Amino acid sequence: MSWIEERGPMDDIVISSRVRLARNIALLLFPSIMSAQVAEQVIAKVKGSILSSNSVLSSEFKALRFKAINSLNRKMLVEKHMSSPDLAKNQEYGMLLTDRHERLSIMVNEEDHIRMQCIYPGFQLPQAWDMLNKVDDLIEESVEYSFDEHLGYLTSCPTNVGTGLRASIMIHLPALRLSKQLESVFHAISKVGMTARGLYGEGSDASGDLFQISNQISLGLSEHEIISNINVIGHQLIDKEKKAREVFLEADRAEFEDRVWRGLGIFKYARKLGMKEFMEMLSYIRLGVSMSFIEKLDSAFLNSLMVAGQPAHLKNYRGKEAGDADLDIIRAEVVRNRLETQL
Amino acid sequence: MLCQECKKKSALIHMTEIINNKRTEFHLCQECAQKKEGFVMFSPLSINDILASFLNTEQPFQAAGMKEAEKCGTCGIDYNDFKKSGRLGCGDCYKSFRNQLMPIIKRVQGGAAHSGKVTKRTESDMRMQRRIDQLKTKLKRAIELEAYEEAAGIRDEIRNAEQQIGKF
Repeated sequence: MSWIEERGPMDDIVISSRVRLARNIALLLFPSIMSAQVAEQVIAKVKGSILSSNSVLSSEFKALRFKAINSLNRKMLVEKHMSSPDLAKNQEYGMLLTDRHERLSIMVNEEDHIRMQCIYPGFQLPQAWDMLNKVDDLIEESVEYSFDEHLGYLTSCPTNVGTGLRASIMIHLPALRLSKQLESVFHAISKVGMTARGLYGEGSDASGDLFQISNQISLGLSEHEIISNINVIGHQLIDKEKKAREVFLEADRAEFEDRVWRGLGIFKYARKLGMKEFMEMLSYIRLGVSMSFIEKLDSAFLNSLMVAGQPAHLKNYRGKEAGDADLDIIRAEVVRNRLETQL
Repeated sequence: MLCQECKKKSALIHMTEIINNKRTEFHLCQECAQKKEGFVMFSPLSINDILASFLNTEQPFQAAGMKEAEKCGTCGIDYNDFKKSGRLGCGDCYKSFRNQLMPIIKRVQGGAAHSGKVTKRTESDMRMQRRIDQLKTKLKRAIELEAYEEAAGIRDEIRNAEQQIGKF
């Protein structure tokens, strides 16, 4: 069920659906000021709540203490979205519990004591929430949460207080970008309490037309309301993106097809692929797959390729230290090899 | 001028107190002034106070000028620490810095009352509270009908239920 390797509903446009909950343990100081002793207490409590329970979920999980794995492996977890970048930096007290399908992860000693998340492939936020809700209940069987009747779950930062829920979808919007509609669409989204941001290479052009749409408000709405709001916006974005694609196709079919096939051509033959070009071509190929121009590839293959092309995964593939220039060469090699097995 | 109490740090706070024509002068450092009883410290108005008082239109003057809990009694961080890091130190900070935080929470969150999932303890307490409210209505009716024996039974039930709250 991993978002990287499995297919999901509407996955030609919505890559993945993610929900996360922020929780703290009652009576313990929050991570920003807690002592080493408290950090160890948090680790023991959370680990125990999952691994020592009688639940069927328990046997699915394994615990990873960050000081037991090297920084490359931690970065790979970040690239797979199993760990946040912040947690990966907490070598001393960071711990991650993941299930064997790599759809659930429980981050310990992040900004809050507990940050748990569930990622499903495609567009299935309610399903991801149902799953995560079970994990939350399981932990609560043996851990008392910091909670206030009026403010809900208490978090390190007041922007997460209340439900502690952040729900998001990763969505591919190349046609909306090409038709210069993104800005107005994102502006409208921000008016209804949601935010949109580029998912990869923020601030650079290496976003690959992938955007994360998430709720900004965590207090005053129920979990169900937050999730259905994102669901509604998600469906609207899918519709708008599809319409923009139709308009493009009608206006200049040759240009549209040319971009897709050129993308595939570069992937097949390039000897050096920089991050920016990699993400850009991947976006055109994804568009081609979604529009059924390219029938031999599917979105699971593209997601898996996208993760395999990230820096830490490339270094791991090469098995030794590699500089940025080397990475471009390794990336091109990985892309060629993977495509060969499919085409 | 040195602080007249500790005689170590320089005196930053100067106050003249006149009670029944008796004039007393105080020259104290910040720390000794804070320790002294009846010595209310007014911190200078910060941008944040102004922002907070603007945001909290229901109680416009509460955030500015009023002496707030300077440190959280549980974890010891002060509000300035939070302003710098954006991170609170513990769950009790929400109570300690309530006057400063609530306007901000209302502003960034839109709402200010939780309406989502609750912990099992809260859920059970809420159920128990509803039961107590029902019993109290029943008790009132029993007394009105002069059914005192029944009323005594209900009263015991209420006592029992009240003891259950917070015990989950």
